[in-house]
Amino acid sequence: MTILVVIESELGKIKKSGLELASYGRKIADDKGLKLTAVGFNIEDSSVLNKYGVDKLYNVETGEDIFFDVDRYSETITKIIKEENAILIVVSSSADGRYLGPVLSIKTQSAYIPNVVEVPSQYEPIQVKCSCFTNKAFKTSKSLKNRTIISLLSNSFGLNEKASSLELINHNYENRTVNLKVDSVDKVSDKVSIADAQIVVSGGRGLKGPENWYLIEDLAEVLGAATACSKPVSDMGWRPHSEHVGQTGKPVASNLYIAVGVSGAIQHLAGINSSKIKVVINNDPEAPFFKAADYGIVGDAFDVIPKLTEKLKMRK
Amino acid sequence: MNILVCISSVPDTTSKINFKNDNTIFETEGVQFIINPNDEFGLTRAIWLQQSHGANVTVVSVGDSSCEPILRKCLAIGADQAIRIDTIPKDGFQVVAYLTSLLEINKYDLIITGRESIDYNGGMVGGMLATKLKIPYLSNCIYLDIKDDNLKLEREFDGGKEKVSASLPIVIGSQKGLVEEKDLIIPNMRGIMQARQKPLEVLSPEQVELSTQDLSFEKPSEKGPVRLVDAENIDELIDLLENEAKVI
Ligand SMILES: Cc1cc2nc3c(=O)[nH]c(=O)nc-3n(C[C@H](O)[C@H](O)[C@H](O)COP(=O)(O)OP(=O)(O)OC[C@H]3O[C@@H](n4cnc5c(N)ncnc54)[C@H](O)[C@@H]3O)c2cc1C
Repeated sequence: MTILVVIESELGKIKKSGLELASYGRKIADDKGLKLTAVGFNIEDSSVLNKYGVDKLYNVETGEDIFFDVDRYSETITKIIKEENAILIVVSSSADGRYLGPVLSIKTQSAYIPNVVEVPSQYEPIQVKCSCFTNKAFKTSKSLKNRTIISLLSNSFGLNEKASSLELINHNYENRTVNLKVDSVDKVSDKVSIADAQIVVSGGRGLKGPENWYLIEDLAEVLGAATACSKPVSDMGWRPHSEHVGQTGKPVASNLYIAVGVSGAIQHLAGINSSKIKVVINNDPEAPFFKAADYGIVGDAFDVIPKLTEKLKMRK
Repeated sequence: MNILVCISSVPDTTSKINFKNDNTIFETEGVQFIINPNDEFGLTRAIWLQQSHGANVTVVSVGDSSCEPILRKCLAIGADQAIRIDTIPKDGFQVVAYLTSLLEINKYDLIITGRESIDYNGGMVGGMLATKLKIPYLSNCIYLDIKDDNLKLEREFDGGKEKVSASLPIVIGSQKGLVEEKDLIIPNMRGIMQARQKPLEVLSPEQVELSTQDLSFEKPSEKGPVRLVDAENIDELIDLLENEAKVI
């Protein structure tokens, strides 16, 4: 029996979410007295995993077929789950992780519990807290199967170092079972994505127009942050849809969320509420965002943001 | 071409979320229900295929009679017929089991589910359904083009998108981008009148197993008041973020 985490990488390098999954998996493995196994694809340097308590890594070389393929990935992981008799499998809450989880759950006859925010409060059967109603509430769910797959909401556990000696195993990449093939991938930019970011800087209608987005971009750059926006901003075409966050856009669970010229409508707040620290900059002291924020400045974004960016630059 | 759009009836986005019976049941009293936004993008795309490819569009919802107004709205938007599977599902896995039994009787070429519902945020129905049926699934679908049986699709992921080829039958997870917000169809009087005449079939399902059980709900703890910093004192904000919150 083992605990298994599915670790994501980019260009051969393990993503931070992968280390969080390893930290989380290690904690559970320790509680249960089990080994921690990881699965990754095309990982070039796995040495970091022995700082995060992974006992065994199955690294799968996908050859020519370099793109994430939910079918081939899930076929391969299913084989490993069965070979290792994994009872709890943890995937990330990225778009890929949440694509994989449900598919994997059917292939391995497992229960699937998404948006998990804590380690299980009970193990037999597994009982765990997760976010629902787009962060307006939490629920505690119980697994009714012998095997459970969960997707861990990013930044909900954090990183926890623990030394281990890592065993490396290569595993075969299984064949496709259905007719769906990724032809090409188009990365929006080299910037950090909203899902991976520790810090997100978000702009709303208060910024008046797309020509003013340098304010958001410059601030994001000094902070190494991802950029986001409110729904009307993307609907008006000021920013791409991929930046729309909130109840009907992307969820945000960063450590720091900075909202500039965003009023804080309930649909916006719902999507960003699981961010740890929220900062609002708005010239209207009555803006609802002030009720949801940890820190705030009542002021004009055009005045405050350049100063903030400048000061952060100097601090470096 | 037959299209099935799976519809979830969810609380309006402005709803306050409350629970009853010792925090074990979602309080629906006073809550307005709407078509799950992700499903609505999929439904609109299906109606376009009805217009361009002569597709026949069925909408289905698993739920008690309280979700019928939502199904009628889908018919007013343009769906040809509706099916309601008469039971209150307890988890996404159960919804999938009910839909699978429907799909064993009726054949559909394209099955659309919303990427996720805004109530339980499971995001699991599409992927589970396709995998059970052994057909492909594309989540976060933002583009779809059909020529004969060949599909060109796009999926959005964190920080990018990808182009995908596939063939029918397929399940897709719809979201904004598949059609734009401004393209959503608002039912007109004629549509609403016609919807009254369109078939809405009610099926009584056999019980299916559960794979998870929701034990209790809770609301996020009330947070303290915001700490305001003077606009002239930005150093203080930086100091708080660095030394108190420890996030930069
Ligand atoms: C079904 C549905 C789903 C929705 N889903 C989402 C969603 O997922 N995400 C989302 O964001 N919204 C969503 N909305 C929209 C939401 O209700 C709000 O309309 C939207 O969030 C408002 O965006 P905003 O804050 O950018 O604009 P506004 O509400 O117009 O706010 C602009 C703010 O900028 C401030 N401001 C103006 N000038 C300045 C200045 N110079 N300096 C500083 N501040 C300034 C103003 O005081 C104001 O508070 C949804 C709505 C519906 C009906």
